[in-house]
Amino acid sequence: MKALKYLVPLGIFVVLVVFLAMGLTKDPRKVPSPFIGKSAPAFSIPQLHDEKAVFSPEQMKGKVWMLNVWASWCVSCRVEHPILNDMNRRGIVPIVGLNYKDARADATKWLQQHGDPYALSAWDFDGKVGIDYGVYGAPETFLIDKQGVIRYKHIGPVTPEALEKTLLPLIKQLNG
Amino acid sequence: MKRLLALALAAALSAPVLAKIEDKSVAADPAVERRLKEISDELRCLVCQNQTISDSDAPLAVDLRTQIRKMIDAGKSDEEIRAYMVDRYGDFVLYRPPFNAVTALLWVGPGVLVVGGLAGLVIMLRRRKVQPEVTASAPDAGKLKEIASLLESEGDAPTPRR
Repeated sequence: MKALKYLVPLGIFVVLVVFLAMGLTKDPRKVPSPFIGKSAPAFSIPQLHDEKAVFSPEQMKGKVWMLNVWASWCVSCRVEHPILNDMNRRGIVPIVGLNYKDARADATKWLQQHGDPYALSAWDFDGKVGIDYGVYGAPETFLIDKQGVIRYKHIGPVTPEALEKTLLPLIKQLNG
Repeated sequence: MKRLLALALAAALSAPVLAKIEDKSVAADPAVERRLKEISDELRCLVCQNQTISDSDAPLAVDLRTQIRKMIDAGKSDEEIRAYMVDRYGDFVLYRPPFNAVTALLWVGPGVLVVGGLAGLVIMLRRRKVQPEVTASAPDAGKLKEIASLLESEGDAPTPRR
């Protein structure tokens, strides 16, 4: 009985520590996306390189593809860019860029400097499409299946680990 | 009086500094602005997560305020505007998230802790009450004799160290 007197506070302390430790390992910036399993919102906006041409997700129906939100002002986009370039070289999936709140000239120059892994980039100058996709910090990457359903969203730069462990297996499964 | 004047002057001068840098597109109708404030006070800015959309000057917050303004102008209800935000950013965007399986612990947890703590306290206090009180009783005759003999022999006994 006496031991209980000491064990109860100790138990409460342990539970508290476990909760706090769990809190420390979580990244508060990674908010679960409400889009997973839902149709990619429709939009129709001009392309980055060809002002007269428009892009709409409809055009990608029947393909597994990636929508990557990027901008020339986005520092962490530079981090993931080599991975996107590499994915493009290996021809894993078509990657469509969503150039988010950027000046056309800055964006095209940036792609010349860092390489252009995108099949095309859509130009979301006022960030309206970004809002419809719940974008809150570039880079963000959406993986969309043949039916136009968003299957996965990656927030922040795509890391080699995320590519190998999550994206590639999922792409394989969706293509299979 | 002088101090008061100085204080008033300081307050007047600091007002423009304290005033929030608002985006240029403020709605002409103050009623719309008031509603915007009410709605955006309850929405979290996902870029700087501990600020509301009404407080934040992050570009996304400015965009979302513009969006809310547009929706108010289009005659959308507060509920529709909130649903619009939740559709895009999830329940996390609400400062008062709805009660569901994921948020149950969040809502119920503090109550459970308070009730549990109070219950524990009550049990502890009750237990303390039933404990017999330790009181000193007057020594009986036999005991007195023993004490007396002890006192007498004090001279021979080793003195306790202090």
